[in-house]
Amino acid sequence: MTSAGGRRIGDVLLKVEDISLSFGGVRALTGVSFDIRAHEIRAIIGPNGAGKSSMLNVINGFYHPQQGKIIFKDIARTDIGPYDAASRGIARTFQNIALFRGMSTLDNIMTGRLLKMKENLFWQALYWGRAKKEEMEHRAVVERIIDFLEIQSIRKVPVGRLPYGLQKRVELGRALAMEPELLLLDEPMAGMNVEEKEDMCRFILDVNDEFGTTIALIEHDMGVVMDISDRVVVLDYGKKIADGTPDEVRGNQAVIDAYLGVKH
Amino acid sequence: MDGSQQTTMRRPAIGGGRSRARLAGCDTFPKVLIANAKDFADRAASREKDLGIWQTWTWSQVLEETKKLAAGLSALGAKRGDKIAIVGDNRPRLYWTMCAAQAIGCIPVPVYQDAIAAEMGFVIDNAAARFAVAEDQEQVDKLLQIKDAHPNLETIVFEDARGMRHYTQPFLLSFDKVQEMGAALLQRDSGFFEREVSLGKGDDIAVMLYTSGTTGQPKGVVLTHTNVLITSLNAAELDNLTENEETLAYLPMAWVGDHVFSLGQSYVAGFAVGCPESGATVMTDLRELGPTYFFAPPRIWENILTTVMIRMEDAGAIKRWLFKRFMDHAKRIGPALLDKKPVGLVDRLLYRLGDLLVYAPLRNTLGFSRIRLAYTAGEAIGPDIFDFYRSLGINVKQLYGMTEASVFICIQPDGEVKPDTVGPPGPEVEVRIEESGEVLFKSPGVFLAYYKNDKATAETKTADGWVRTGDAGFFGADGHLRIVDRAKDVGKLADGTLFAPKYLENKLKFFPYIKEAVAFGAGKDFAAAFINIDLAAVGNWAERNGIVYGGYAELAAHPEVYKLIKGCVEQVNRDLSHETTLAGSQIKRFLVLHKELDADDGELTRTRKVRRNFVQDRYLPLVDALFSGAQRAHVETEVTFEDGRKGRLQADLAIGEAERYPLDPLKKAS
Amino acid sequence: MGFFVEVLFGGFLAGVLYALVALGFVLIFKASGVFNFAQGAMVLFAALSLVRLMEWMPIPVALLVSVAIMIVFALVVERLVLRPLVNQEGIILFMATIGVSYFLDGFGQTVWGSEVYTLDLGLPKEPVIILESLFEGGVLVNKFDLVAAVIAGVLVTVLAIFFQKTRIGRALRAVADDHQAAQSVGIPLRDIWVIVWSTSGIVALVAGIVWGSALGVQFSISLVALKALPVLILGGFTSVPGAIIGGLIIGAGEKLAEVYIGPTFGGGIENWFAYMLALLFLLVRPQGLFGERIIERV
Repeated sequence: MTSAGGRRIGDVLLKVEDISLSFGGVRALTGVSFDIRAHEIRAIIGPNGAGKSSMLNVINGFYHPQQGKIIFKDIARTDIGPYDAASRGIARTFQNIALFRGMSTLDNIMTGRLLKMKENLFWQALYWGRAKKEEMEHRAVVERIIDFLEIQSIRKVPVGRLPYGLQKRVELGRALAMEPELLLLDEPMAGMNVEEKEDMCRFILDVNDEFGTTIALIEHDMGVVMDISDRVVVLDYGKKIADGTPDEVRGNQAVIDAYLGVKH
Repeated sequence: MDGSQQTTMRRPAIGGGRSRARLAGCDTFPKVLIANAKDFADRAASREKDLGIWQTWTWSQVLEETKKLAAGLSALGAKRGDKIAIVGDNRPRLYWTMCAAQAIGCIPVPVYQDAIAAEMGFVIDNAAARFAVAEDQEQVDKLLQIKDAHPNLETIVFEDARGMRHYTQPFLLSFDKVQEMGAALLQRDSGFFEREVSLGKGDDIAVMLYTSGTTGQPKGVVLTHTNVLITSLNAAELDNLTENEETLAYLPMAWVGDHVFSLGQSYVAGFAVGCPESGATVMTDLRELGPTYFFAPPRIWENILTTVMIRMEDAGAIKRWLFKRFMDHAKRIGPALLDKKPVGLVDRLLYRLGDLLVYAPLRNTLGFSRIRLAYTAGEAIGPDIFDFYRSLGINVKQLYGMTEASVFICIQPDGEVKPDTVGPPGPEVEVRIEESGEVLFKSPGVFLAYYKNDKATAETKTADGWVRTGDAGFFGADGHLRIVDRAKDVGKLADGTLFAPKYLENKLKFFPYIKEAVAFGAGKDFAAAFINIDLAAVGNWAERNGIVYGGYAELAAHPEVYKLIKGCVEQVNRDLSHETTLAGSQIKRFLVLHKELDADDGELTRTRKVRRNFVQDRYLPLVDALFSGAQRAHVETEVTFEDGRKGRLQADLAIGEAERYPLDPLKKAS
Repeated sequence: MGFFVEVLFGGFLAGVLYALVALGFVLIFKASGVFNFAQGAMVLFAALSLVRLMEWMPIPVALLVSVAIMIVFALVVERLVLRPLVNQEGIILFMATIGVSYFLDGFGQTVWGSEVYTLDLGLPKEPVIILESLFEGGVLVNKFDLVAAVIAGVLVTVLAIFFQKTRIGRALRAVADDHQAAQSVGIPLRDIWVIVWSTSGIVALVAGIVWGSALGVQFSISLVALKALPVLILGGFTSVPGAIIGGLIIGAGEKLAEVYIGPTFGGGIENWFAYMLALLFLLVRPQGLFGERIIERV
């Protein structure tokens, strides 16, 4: 299988198996299973409250499902924490932008390198020379990301002062700095104007294309989803109702009903 | 117009400069490059901020890069006389491409990087370019779009490969690949570059620059090596440019000014040219680089001043007070100090103190702490803006030039700088004013011809070598030229009063709140104007005055904004009332446009000058309403959004009335 | 004039003590958004540990063991209090620290005893006269106070470098800004909390040494936490330099008020002056002198 850009789609990178999650009595996810293959762009869609964000939170370890398995790179874990997820190569962005608002763009993206820094937290305060050299190497990686996302002009600006669209871009930059194998994007284009959306689409496709990063994204703009994703999984009321290529999903009766609000 | 009896002026060459002696025998730019690589081997020639770090190439490195590039282009099949289009932001590699093309007898044709595909197609077609060297995917995509329609374009070379890994077209080559091919050729034939360069002569075509043109299709101005070289040398000598200058190249490479400042003068004087990281980082890069020599059109000087003023309004009370006090002092003393006129001791000491507390830190934040020489040109600059910079000790001078002159026609020498003139003719330039008021000139920089456009050439160049500038102006008693307007735009109101629209527009634009103005009145009973507000300045004003607005259109239509603009218009009228010839053309009615005039909609040229006729036709109902006595007017227009989509925009605009004042020539002296 | 300066100096040096306690608050608040009510109890506990350990072992060893105790304390707090309450409201964490505070007070006194202990690290205590050239008769200060000021200065410098220049500092600021985002980039929240609480514990130890050396180690030390509150309001809850300047202002203001306007109000002004000052400040500049500006955006 190859995608539109000519990327080779690889083996299964992540598999969620029979995931159920509830908060108190409220069921957020019920027996959801699907997989994400290496190098593909996988969209998770569904009406509001379908459990999309919960799914991402399960994958990246914020939520611990009561039932089911997450198999990432052939290792099954049920209750990984966000730290483990991050250190094993899962990065993410948030629906409501979770940046370090008081810090500059550069510092924000630099935090994405923390896991890659070899000197551990305790020692690095003491090892000045080596830590300094390492810092320069990481700075170089971050500068390439800044160049890639065309945000040179805001390098030193505290992100709290940036307009929304740019903040989204910085958040993507921070996730990229982790050099993730799997990138989770929670509504990367929410609240953007047409031009910003186009830019973001271009960045997502470029990331996928140039670095081979596997991407799972939640997005409401159906035009965007159908344009850029290789496969789409559709959730409704916490259950999977469809899974397939954009064309297959578009024609699926259950999906049409879900979006039109037909009662179950 | 006293003193206007004088109608011709000529300034002899200065001569005797160090650069002139150093470059004796170099009649083309590649020859100059070889001399520089010898004379300034280890001095910086090109700089570029890449991945957050300033990279520097010395003159000897630039020569090596250029050699490989020239050989590579030749290996690709470039023949003497071929045109090579160059498209992109200011990048060292693109500047090297110009000289590399010249070295093998090809003609570089820089193209405006923000041109849309169709505009680019016109130039590629008109120049019959066989090669194009483009900066990145954005430019390559445009070239690919037009390639089929213009088969003369055979090969496209790109500098930055990003996003193009799946572009498989065989005619697409990376810059590195071309240099590799060149290195291989040089390996086989080490004397290739020098041999090719020695074939070049001063009369060869050095570059073709397409003028954006206020009307009709752009014209390719053909300049020879001698044109650019001698003009660059003359101006460099007048202002003592040396290899120690530091500059930032941020204006379009296709513009003659950039070509002469960043290539011509950099080569003849041997100074380094820095390229910003991106268009958005220019202010930061300026601060880091700290140029000694800087060019900016009035619009940019104005933007910088606006930012300073906005920042000062947000500053603390003590800072504001200090700023105001010392700026007032600087306005009184600064320009005199800069012109080396006698100034009292106390004033001098106070200025020193101000320098310590205000001027130097301000210059530093703006990136002007090392500035020695700065030019402004292209349009009239507001006297307040001009004085602001000069009072800070920044030596901003006006010059008057055009592509057809290889830039320099008039230039203000040190000590003779004034806001309302463009100075006396530059070295070896002769200027003549015709009966009609039109300015003509003759100089070593006079262009060869418009490419493939003999008709236009004949219209502009007289048989005896004079060039018509199309501008109307006159010489003052001080020997300085003053430009009033485009010769063809100077008109008359119905009662015969002189109507110089640009003169009115410039006066309006000197207010920070007014970004653009278009005056109408030829053949009418009175003068009237469209106003474009400056969103940043008016937005800030609105915020301070508690005015709520949802967007540009809403702000523009706000009654309080109309009041604000009315005040500006009436101030202009008051000024005009002191000028005998123009008092009759005071502005009676005006309106504030609901959208910004935009180059993408064809309302402005690419260099952001108003296309008056186009605007008049496009907004005809509004123009009619201005002269009909209506209180409101409705308009609907097609607009192009930034992503290229088109849409329709309609608005209902109010028409403002401004007070006019009786002629009062007494105050003219003040 | 000499007398005024003497009072001022005395106030400044008291202020250094306030500042040290406030510093402990700031560190934890900055990195975890938790208002640590237990800071005063930590000062007492650290000082008690040190003074009792010194009965058993040489001073340097006792110091090291005390540091170790504070680190263990940090680990325990993280495991038993913070981890179960992760992502809860600030007020809940605040309540938890009140609990920690009571526990620590009781536990400390159970283990180490509840008498008044004299802490003598051999720091010089004799008064000296300085600035003789400037004022007639010079200014009388306690040498110990000068040493305390130096200790505080060094501590602040080290902390400032730690926060601004190191990678841990960046991680700490990230955690302070947004817990979730910090976790998503793989910052181990637990490690960061342990580091912060340990650092804060060490600062508490230093404060305990200074305070205890001057007044003896006794229960009333834990009440100094209440004096740190006006300091924080003045300096801003998130600013290290703010804690220092705030401490100095409160210390000096208190002493000057006591000496110059105290007689008019009839004594005791020292007890409420700091709170008055803080109240005034809340009205004028709620974010404190150096606090991050609170900008409401729509």
